[in-house]
Parts: sequence; structure tokens; C-alpha cells
Amino acid sequence: MTETSGRVAACLPIRSDTDLAWVRQHVRQAAAEVGFGLVEQTKLITAASELARNTLVHGGGGQVESVFLDHGRARGLRLTFTDEGPGIPDVERALTDGYTSGGGLGLGLGGARRLVHEFSIDTSPGHGTSVTVVCWVGVPPRPREEAR
Amino acid sequence: MSWGLEGPVSTHVPVLRIGDVLLVTLQGELHDKAAEQLQQDIGEAVAGSSAGAVVIDVSGVEIVDSFLGRVFAEIAANAKLLAAETVVAGMRPAVAITLVELGLTLPGLRTALDVQEALRMLAQPSTPLSPGQGRQENA
Repeated sequence: MTETSGRVAACLPIRSDTDLAWVRQHVRQAAAEVGFGLVEQTKLITAASELARNTLVHGGGGQVESVFLDHGRARGLRLTFTDEGPGIPDVERALTDGYTSGGGLGLGLGGARRLVHEFSIDTSPGHGTSVTVVCWVGVPPRPREEAR
Repeated sequence: MSWGLEGPVSTHVPVLRIGDVLLVTLQGELHDKAAEQLQQDIGEAVAGSSAGAVVIDVSGVEIVDSFLGRVFAEIAANAKLLAAETVVAGMRPAVAITLVELGLTLPGLRTALDVQEALRMLAQPSTPLSPGQGRQENA
């Protein structure tokens, strides 16, 4: 699905764990403004928290840009997390539950992907990482993946 | 924890002692640092008292991501080594749905629908958990 129009809601730095709290706060407000229900809001904020933490911990800091989407009758929110860190050498592996390079649980990327409707990663070693997620209001959840 | 433009002011969450139970009530946005501090504070509170249980009231928590979830699991594991049980009480349904989808089912963490229920579970001396007395997730 491609959006017909987008309005940048905010661009926030991700440099500290205080910033993580700000990102969650912003996404909460933006998601409420777009009209997401409580569960969708909670999923989106949680996904944003995971991805922002990745940006901070693995990417050495970066930023998130949020854009309101309006695709005909569908409204949504797009979040793009960008860092200039080392990049992800093996994206498939990084998306695997349980794989971690940072001492976490290894649920961040794969978990965040399950919480949103659209998910894409643009990364190459040495050139940073950009993760984009989109949630649409009122769109049925993604089909369930294989048992995990 | 409420905070204004300056961001969070305190990294300490109060740990209350009620009889044999330590009660921790989390509110709103919990910072990474505050969560780690809480882990340490609970560990010290358990070790420094004869408390046999820790109840973490999360009814005011809107978001539990994998970091905070791991902190809960570690608090429970720490407390267990210090001879105390941990019960997470009052998780919001939206948070539970999100955690499962995230893949974080928190095995081994005891839960209760609310603090009252948690205290009732804990008050029953050395009764193994059975259906109807709270829930325990298995790995």
C-alpha cells in the first residue's frame, strides 16, 4: 500500500534513554491523533520502543521521523528510525527471535515486525540502518506467522 | 511516574512493606534507568527484610517492552534466590496482548488480576498454585 499524502508529525533525536521515553510519549500522542484503538496504540508504542532502543543500543543513536498517512479513506502512521551505526550484516538473522548481538532478549526487531502492518529495513554494513514501520487504522492484523 | 518538560525527576520507585509483602506500584512511563534502579532496590529490600513476597502492581503501566519485561523476569529471579516470591498484578489487557505478540510470555512469572488477588494468593501458606488461585505461566 502506498500512501497518497503524508504530513511529517515530528522528528525526534534518539540519544539517551530519556529520549526513548520521549519517543514513546510522542508515538502515543500521534497514534491517538490518528485514531488508533487502545490495543493498536499499545502495539505501536511498544514497537516504537523496541526500534528506538535498537537505534540507541546497536546504532549508537539516531533519530525517528513520524509521518501521518492519508491513503484515501485509510489513515495511518509511519515511523522511520535511522542511525549511522555499523549496519546489520545479516538482516534475516537479526529478525530471528532469540538472536541478539547486544545482550538483550533478541525480540526487538522480529517482535516489532509482528506488532505493525508494514515493516522494512534498509541497511548495509558500515552505512547505518533505517527501519520503517507503518500501521493503518482499522486494518486487520498481519497474518500469523509460523509457530514461534 | 509523571513528568513534565524536564523529563523524569526521580529514578526511585517507592517500595512499600505490608506485613510479609513488599508492594511496588508502577505508574505510567517507566524509564530504563528507573527500571534498573527498581531491580536493585527490590533486591536490597528483600535481602534487608524478612519479606517473603514481592507484588508489582503494573495496572498503571501502559507499555511493557522487551526491556521492561526482562526487568520483571529478573526481579522475580533475583527475589527467588533471596527466598521471596514475585507476583505481577493488574496487567492491562492491551499490554498482555502486545507482550504475547512481541514473543515475550514471561515464563515463570506469577501473575494476578489485581493486588488484592495477589495478596490473597500469597496469604495462603505454602499452598501450591492451583487453577482459580492465580495463574502461573509455564515455559
